[in-house]
Amino acid sequence: MRGNKSMNIGSKRGAIIINALLLAITIAIFIFPFFWILSNSLKTYDETMQFPPQLLPKTPIFANYKAALDSMPFLLYLKNSIVVVALTLICQFLVIVPAAFAFSLYSFRGKGLLLTLVLFGFMLPQQLTFVPIYLLFGKLKLLNSYSPLVLPFAASSFGIFLLRQYFMGIPTEIIEAGYLDGMNNRQIMMYIMMPMAKSALFSIALVSFITRWNDYFWPLVMTNTQKVRTLPIGIAALRITDGKTEWNVLMAANMLLIVPILAAFSVAHRQIKEALIHSGIK
Amino acid sequence: MVERIGEKRKHKAQGSGIKNYNPLSPYLMLLPATCGLALFVVYPLVYLFRASFTNRSLLKPTAKFVGLENYIELFHSVEFLSVIKNSILYAFLFVSFSIIFALLFAVWLNRPGRIWSFAQSAIFIPYIVSFVTISLVWLWLMDPQVGLLNTLLGAFGVSYPWLSDTKSVIPSLVLVSVWKYVGYYMLLLIAALQNIPRDIYEAVKIDGARARTVFFRITLPLITPSLFFILVVSTTEALRIFDPINIMTQGGPINASSVFVYFIYEYAFKYFRIGYASAAGVILFLIIGVLVGIYFNMLGKRVHYQ
Repeated sequence: MRGNKSMNIGSKRGAIIINALLLAITIAIFIFPFFWILSNSLKTYDETMQFPPQLLPKTPIFANYKAALDSMPFLLYLKNSIVVVALTLICQFLVIVPAAFAFSLYSFRGKGLLLTLVLFGFMLPQQLTFVPIYLLFGKLKLLNSYSPLVLPFAASSFGIFLLRQYFMGIPTEIIEAGYLDGMNNRQIMMYIMMPMAKSALFSIALVSFITRWNDYFWPLVMTNTQKVRTLPIGIAALRITDGKTEWNVLMAANMLLIVPILAAFSVAHRQIKEALIHSGIK
Repeated sequence: MVERIGEKRKHKAQGSGIKNYNPLSPYLMLLPATCGLALFVVYPLVYLFRASFTNRSLLKPTAKFVGLENYIELFHSVEFLSVIKNSILYAFLFVSFSIIFALLFAVWLNRPGRIWSFAQSAIFIPYIVSFVTISLVWLWLMDPQVGLLNTLLGAFGVSYPWLSDTKSVIPSLVLVSVWKYVGYYMLLLIAALQNIPRDIYEAVKIDGARARTVFFRITLPLITPSLFFILVVSTTEALRIFDPINIMTQGGPINASSVFVYFIYEYAFKYFRIGYASAAGVILFLIIGVLVGIYFNMLGKRVHYQ
């Protein structure tokens, strides 16, 4: 072994080069489709149909973004997306904070059963229950309102679990001191627990924003008028199944869907990663 | 999951700290959450089971009990049998490739330094981007004529039918989904790797163990809980896949990519057969339930606690 020192260094350098090459290829595979969306959103229609395809447009044009805005009630869909995200965050907040508070501080009959129910809600995919929920909202005459897009997400199991864990980490002495000072439950929650669980609340809000903003399935099955449809539905509908799809316009529309997510990621990438890791391992 | 159980025990003494309180207050606080779960978790599931034994339709106000008729019809339907086959093939490929690549990426990229964390972020980003965007861009990349992938392959004188052939459509969809989800599973594994105490590695280094031995004897056993967790979430993820099917293939060509949720969606909303669609939903529920049950059983036996 010791005699081959020079060969060892050579093969080490080789390994480093191979490693760097593999790394570059891997990064390219994951970044390229996003580059392709951006590049094509700046091309003319003829350029997108050119064979062989060119990586970059000859001169970047921004007309596709205008066309994307005009090709659907974009501002309406955008408004609906924002309203759905905002209402979901508010409802979740109102539901999960007291639930996590009760789970973390009290012992009461039926606690285990209720916790199991929350866990079950966490495991059960909504793709299994959408038909009954659709019929339920139909019966209540609430289809084509914001309710079916918001209410089923209010009792977020992930939110309850994460918040409960934060609350349990708060020393009981602090809470009891609060009670001794004559605070009631609502005040304890507002002035002691919430400020200490700020980062958990932020994590939950981030995860909810990402999943609601991106969601395609739920608004697709729960709505059938433009009035409450969200951006992903509008954008998916821009692709014409039979006929010529204007890929440049479609890619511009998709840029508008990606940018808020990427903006959030660039500002809070650590929190987003951590929140999503927690949404798995709790 | 396992870590949670441990943590629960640790906190139990703290958790019941409050003494004098109105016995009703915890129930009042849990009322909104319980209502939500009752309405959107328990009720739909009960409804699904009950409707699966009826001929309920979106077009008629009443429904008749039909026993097992829907189930019998499902298992005699060529379409549904191919849905089961497609779903299982898709799930098997998705879960296997996701876990293999997530593990490879995690072990490879788990090091300090900017370039490595940049690579982690690059792999992770597709996970937080809408499946709508991802389906659309890959649909175009995979276009058999003008798509970039076949242009690249054309340089080597080959081509691949991607989504246009019954044999290649599922592997193509698996490719797109693994591309989207692998970054998330990688991140979970990196978190698990970073939880392994450094001193364990230092101890074996002194013992002169080889890298491969260290990986299989130390690293792998210690991240088994996370691997099992990923097995559970990726299986569920695979069996509830819908977005790319609806956007990229509409179940085609000739039903070759029709999967459970797409089938349920079509029968409920295009043919209005709620009873029949519910029976398919019950079967999917049972498949997920059985698989998760098996995994937890394995987890109980195999996990190495620290």
